[in-house]
Amino acid sequence: MSNERELTMAKAIAEAISQEMERDERAFVMGEDVGVYGGIFGATQGLLSKFGPERIMDTPISETAFIGAATGAAAEGMRPIVELMFVDFFGVCMDQIYNHLAKNTYMSGGNLHLPVVLTTAIGGGYSDAAQHSQCLYSIFAHTPGLKIVVPSTAYDAKGLMIEAIRDDNPVMYFFHKGLMGLGWMRYPERSVNVVPEQSYTIPFGKADVKRPGTDITIVCLAMMVHYALDAAEKLSKEGIEAEVIDLRTLVPLDREAVITSIKKTHKLLVVDEDYLGFGLSGEIAAIAADEAFEYLDAPVKRLAVPNVPIPYSRPMEQFVIPSAEAIAEAARSLAR
Amino acid sequence: MAPSTEQLLEMDRQAWTIRLFEETLAQVYMEGKSPVFDIGSGTIPGEMHLSAGQEPVAVGTCAHLGQEDTVVGTHRAHHFAIAKGVDLKEMAAEIFGKETGLGKGKGGHMHLFDLKHKFSCSGIVGASFPVACGAALAAKKKGKDWVAVAFAGEGAANEGSFHESLNLAALWKLPVIFIIEDNSWAISVHKSKSTAIPYNSQRAAAYGIPGVRVEKNDFLSVYDAAGEAIARARRGEGPTLIEVKTYRYFGHFMGDAELYRPKDEVKNLKAADPIDQFEQTIIAKGLVSRAQLDKERETAVKAVDEAIEFARKSPYPKSEEALEHVFA
Repeated sequence: MSNERELTMAKAIAEAISQEMERDERAFVMGEDVGVYGGIFGATQGLLSKFGPERIMDTPISETAFIGAATGAAAEGMRPIVELMFVDFFGVCMDQIYNHLAKNTYMSGGNLHLPVVLTTAIGGGYSDAAQHSQCLYSIFAHTPGLKIVVPSTAYDAKGLMIEAIRDDNPVMYFFHKGLMGLGWMRYPERSVNVVPEQSYTIPFGKADVKRPGTDITIVCLAMMVHYALDAAEKLSKEGIEAEVIDLRTLVPLDREAVITSIKKTHKLLVVDEDYLGFGLSGEIAAIAADEAFEYLDAPVKRLAVPNVPIPYSRPMEQFVIPSAEAIAEAARSLAR
Repeated sequence: MAPSTEQLLEMDRQAWTIRLFEETLAQVYMEGKSPVFDIGSGTIPGEMHLSAGQEPVAVGTCAHLGQEDTVVGTHRAHHFAIAKGVDLKEMAAEIFGKETGLGKGKGGHMHLFDLKHKFSCSGIVGASFPVACGAALAAKKKGKDWVAVAFAGEGAANEGSFHESLNLAALWKLPVIFIIEDNSWAISVHKSKSTAIPYNSQRAAAYGIPGVRVEKNDFLSVYDAAGEAIARARRGEGPTLIEVKTYRYFGHFMGDAELYRPKDEVKNLKAADPIDQFEQTIIAKGLVSRAQLDKERETAVKAVDEAIEFARKSPYPKSEEALEHVFA
């Protein structure tokens, strides 16, 4: 029966890190509250008691120093896993991420390898306001040199984390707070799923069709996968079969999966919890225009956070973050 | 200079306003969060960082400030806001996410902006230092004797912004006071595990400015230390760094299981509660009477009740208002 056990995403991530740390002595963890607390969102739960404070290192609130140190340690052959508590806090350490971690491999003519995994929490919907609710993966996907992982289920989270730790490049691993299966935050039941105990990897750049359909393609990731699936169930009762594609990684991006689905459904809706402007939804729409234009029966539709900071108050926040209802409505108008 | 009787009474009222406001919020916060605790549900959703226990830092400092002086606070900022004179009703309404709040419900409890009382805060650790430097720079350019105070936790003193701001303020002799609240815990990480030296006040030496450590979580000790620093800044003699030992009674945020600190830590801290000690001291010195202090407490109870009532009764903003105010 042990093969059939279900895990939360947080436990799946912690297990992946644990298994890789057992396998590879060069791997270690740094971050704020990753030790006794087990990570504010549980991504390093149980690791301190297993590996001790030499390998599970609580840090001062000095992100530039410890994220920069990950780059430096990786250059010396270590394999650091480092946590930025909320992605919103990127501002205090962006230079080390954007100008060093992302670029040193290229500037060294490919001589330097930086096997760093930078984990961080994303997402809103629980009234944490403008400085604690953003997704921002598009900002990091924008600069060349960072691989971008954004899982939506426990199974995907484990396989993608092991792949991330084994990758010889910097990988940013974004986990959505609302998918971690925390005791203090509501999460979709679907995010908790069967996770094999044995180690396994999921290759980057392979989107997952979370639900096959024939009438419309919905491209999304993280929490929006669950909202899209909720919407798809509703739409199905109305005779509209939506295909839900979970990108899982932005860099590398599975363009083929998007194009293949458009060829089948001829209609594309992109749903994103990040900002609408200059981001993921525009990128996917551009791919559709560039490579699948003749297969589209309608203009591409995009649903994302309008270009405003995330407001605190519930009615306003729920208005700006795409909901299952809003996805269903957008899909309906497109399918008609 | 020792505080006047009027000042002592005002400090007592502010202390109680803070304490009662935070304790009331702790109760209201749990409304709609049982039997299942979901941080996004209830009357007050989202993160909630309460400041009960840390009243002396805010009250002892702000006793020296006028409306024209600037205060920049942290993610845990209710006590600073109250001590600076921010309207309790508008603040409560903001925390409830209501239209009548300081930021029309857009900011929430970590993002309070009150232009009238020159108060602001931020959810980003270490963000108060540079902003306070800017307010101090503006005062200097305008030729005023106004000062700016940046409050921050001891964890924030390990951010680059702390060190950059101290250097800038010292170099430009800015009328700014940096006040570190040392409550020992940066969420779960104890100061001894995060900071290379025992006292952040020692770090002032690196920038050639005075560094003061206040060892007691005590209103009058903070009052003295802050008074000297603020007077110095008003005279144009530049910045001071003060670190105050203080305590937080609640967890880092509501919902924090607090497994990182000993179970009896808070119980022991409450045995030497700063408000009790303050009141006992000033009564023993014959400066005020018990009856006077009780009256201040009653005023605080009423103010908090009215603020919560106002927040409850206020309407929510319309959802479409989310699209307004990105730009001026």
